[in-house]
Amino acid sequence: MYKIVSARFLAENIKMFEIEAPRIAKRRKAGQFVIVRLDEQGERIPLTIADSNVETGTITIIVQGAGKTTRKLNLKEAGDTILDVAGPLGQPSHIENFGTAVSIGGGVGAAIAYPTAVALKEAGNKVITINGARNKDMVILEDEMKKVSDEAYVTTDDGSYGFHGFVTQKLQALIDGGEKLDFVLAIGPIPMMRAVAEVTRPYGIKTVVSLNPVMVDGTGMCGGCRVVVGGESKFACVDGPEFDAHLVDFKNLADRNRMYNVHEKAALEHFETDCKLEKQIQAQASN
Amino acid sequence: MSEGKMGKLSAKERMKIHRHEMPEQEAKARCGNFDEVNFGYTPELAMEEALRCIQCKDPVCIEACPVNVKIDEFIGLVAEGKFLDAAQKIKEDNALPAICGRVCPQEDQCEQVCVIGKKSEPVAIGNLERFVADYERNSGNMKLPEVKPATGKKVAVVGSGPAGLTCANDLAQWGHEVTVFEALHELGGVLMYGIPEFRLPKQIVREEIDNLKKLGVKFQTNVVVGRSVTIDELMEEDGFDAVFIGVGAGLPWFMGIPGENLNGVYSANEFLTRVNLMKAYDSNYDSPVFDCKGKNVAVIGGGNTAMDAVRTARRLGAEKVYIIYRRSEKEMPARIEEIKHAKEEGVEFIMLNSPVEFVGDENGWLKGVKCLKMELGEPDESGRRRPVPVKDSEYVIDIDMVVISIGNGSNPLIKQTTPEIGTSKKGTIVVNQETMQTSKKGVYAGGDIVTGGATVILAMGAGRTAAKAIHEELMNVTVNAE
Ligand SMILES: Cc1cc2nc3c(=O)[nH]c(=O)nc-3n(C[C@H](O)[C@H](O)[C@H](O)COP(=O)(O)OP(=O)(O)OC[C@H]3O[C@@H](n4cnc5c(N)ncnc54)[C@H](O)[C@@H]3O)c2cc1C
Ligand SMILES: Cc1cc2nc3c(=O)[nH]c(=O)nc-3n(C[C@H](O)[C@H](O)[C@H](O)COP(=O)(O)OP(=O)(O)OC[C@H]3O[C@@H](n4cnc5c(N)ncnc54)[C@H](O)[C@@H]3O)c2cc1C
Ligand code: SF4
Ligand code: SF4
Ligand code: FES
Ligand SMILES: [Mg+2]
Repeated sequence: MYKIVSARFLAENIKMFEIEAPRIAKRRKAGQFVIVRLDEQGERIPLTIADSNVETGTITIIVQGAGKTTRKLNLKEAGDTILDVAGPLGQPSHIENFGTAVSIGGGVGAAIAYPTAVALKEAGNKVITINGARNKDMVILEDEMKKVSDEAYVTTDDGSYGFHGFVTQKLQALIDGGEKLDFVLAIGPIPMMRAVAEVTRPYGIKTVVSLNPVMVDGTGMCGGCRVVVGGESKFACVDGPEFDAHLVDFKNLADRNRMYNVHEKAALEHFETDCKLEKQIQAQASN
Repeated sequence: MSEGKMGKLSAKERMKIHRHEMPEQEAKARCGNFDEVNFGYTPELAMEEALRCIQCKDPVCIEACPVNVKIDEFIGLVAEGKFLDAAQKIKEDNALPAICGRVCPQEDQCEQVCVIGKKSEPVAIGNLERFVADYERNSGNMKLPEVKPATGKKVAVVGSGPAGLTCANDLAQWGHEVTVFEALHELGGVLMYGIPEFRLPKQIVREEIDNLKKLGVKFQTNVVVGRSVTIDELMEEDGFDAVFIGVGAGLPWFMGIPGENLNGVYSANEFLTRVNLMKAYDSNYDSPVFDCKGKNVAVIGGGNTAMDAVRTARRLGAEKVYIIYRRSEKEMPARIEEIKHAKEEGVEFIMLNSPVEFVGDENGWLKGVKCLKMELGEPDESGRRRPVPVKDSEYVIDIDMVVISIGNGSNPLIKQTTPEIGTSKKGTIVVNQETMQTSKKGVYAGGDIVTGGATVILAMGAGRTAAKAIHEELMNVTVNAE
């Protein structure tokens, strides 16, 4: 059992948790993740370790309610527990002083881009962050990003805040403005990562993406998380999750991530019906 | 049957008794559930079967058992109806008889050499072992072994498969403080996530683990050694005096043919883990698995894992289930019983066929397997006739889901973080066969991580050998083999 010591929403549907996991807190490096199982009936899902504190023995995760498991997790509060938390898993981000490094986070991807931005800064890079969201209310970690960045940008799809447009447009604008970029990290929805790869490809800028295939064990045992990189199959949980963006087969990743869509939709519908029923029962009981 | 009958029957009379097959669920019924296929012997059946053993002066069966269970003696006790004594006799050499009785490839081991088998069917040693273990468990008289006084030494066991569990069991009995570290949330290794419920009920594995807890063994799940903690840290910071590595052969091989990453293509590990460990067959559990209902499923390979996967797909409602294997049935490494059960359950065996491509649709879903027909040529190094392709024989079988079950390599996590531990080209850990010691002092290894994918009983044997060597190193003593 792993205790949640704090929990709060950062934006609609995006919640940050601090969880007691001293062993993981001690060893974890930027780019690594945990596998979480909420309860006996639960599935195992990967979540990036956004931060950790060795003194308090806690790790931070930031969760977007995407389907049943993440929504169920986001109902938890401080004091609640999670049955299983295993990690740190995956290869730590490859960090060096590249020169000028851009860290791009789309949506909840900012949670994953953030720890790597911190590590890039510590390694002596000039760090530029681009934090993309649908609208103003969905921007997360703005202050944190600002703190570690030499230049911090926020983009919104609807223009309600910061730069009006996609993160790729901002990236292109930086390149067009004459900024010499040595390294780009992009984390977010698959179409965004693919688009970033296409922006940097013609300039030969080293670009890394953190891939999010469906995982089970997270230890290299099942092969379910395999992704195609440079024509070869790689297990994202042990060989990744970060890979050279210019070599990733994004179509295959997108196809594979749809493998359980029918189950996922049904699971979410059941879950929401159950939640509504529970509320109705509670309401009736208090009447 | 009376107790005295054993002495009264002559060897000749005993030879006349036919082998008692185990009662089992009828094939059609069992395709619709995950309950155990075999029901086990009744006491009467067991005693009658035990009478078939002629109590050889030189019991060759014992030599053929990797842990040298005193087969003649325990069967003698069964014949006399002394089932609890028989259980104790087996446990002198085998800590997990309820499991081995179910999954050992007896036809290649103890039963292969049984002298009765020369004239008729061998004594059903495995069935008897299983009966005795179940009898003891159900009797409520499960005896815990004696634990020696505490030595003050601490040993870490990495991995909770049969190798790790056996090593932990023996070390605890010597009086050492043992902690088992397991990467997954559930203990038992392949016994839990690989071998399905219908062949090995998980309750049995759980009870064996509970017994280890009663002996004082501690368990920590969710610890991925190499990531959560390294072997060096275990020894230097956490104060473990020795480490046993029993992490199994958990890195699935794929075939390297086109279409392998289509949706609907699984490794056996993933498919079986989703179904067994994550209980995807039960709608109360959240983990999804491909919906096999009414679909065509093919499993590629011919081992126990392949049979488990194909029979699992059948139970999930698949319409047609195939085994595709590139050699002939004679060469299949699976236990004979599994092949027989698979056939009874309607699995079609497509022999001498080698998949060359997985064919998909535009959305990335599997729709067929392109196979090349093979014929048997000259024998290869292993003495098995080598399959050679038949020219222009390619054709496509309509398939909705495929499970690749062609074996496992070694997981590199520990190797990556503890490079002093010597490994072979294949990635298996190299050990001294007498002691299971690795090239790093105080670190031992055994089971599939050393041998590559093998058997439960060999993994247990390795765990036992290592436990003895660890005890000798820690206490600076020599333990005589009994
Ligand atoms: C290495 C890695 C790090 C991640 N870090 C974060 C993070 O920090 N914060 C965050 O909010 N999300 C993160 N994710 C994504 C997160 O794991 C999924 O959103 C979550 O598993 C969805 O589960 P669900 O039941 O809520 O939704 P579902 O409705 O079941 O699934 C929604 C979508 O999520 C993906 N998904 C489903 N099951 C899994 C699974 N077992 N493993 C991976 N993806 C799955 C599929 O593409 C699916 O279509 C990460 C994923 C990976 C691989
Ligand atoms: C589907 C299937 C069916 C089989 N059927 C039979 C059969 O009928 N008869 C038979 O004799 N054999 C059978 N086998 C083979 C047999 O199960 C194995 O040979 C045996 O389980 C090996 O035991 P082990 O202890 O070495 O490893 P495993 O059983 O593989 O256990 C290793 C354990 O270590 C854990 N682990 C791995 N890495 C780490 C790490 N870094 N840190 C912590 N823990 C870790 C794993 O999660 C696992 O729990 C079958 C195998 C499979 C897959
Ligand atoms: S442990 Fe296996 S090989 Fe040994 S006697 Fe029992 S069934 Fe036979
Ligand atoms: S070889 Fe067969 S008959 Fe002889 S002791 Fe062993 S089991 Fe009994
Ligand atoms: S999640 Fe199973 S191998 Fe990566
Ligand atoms: Mg889900």
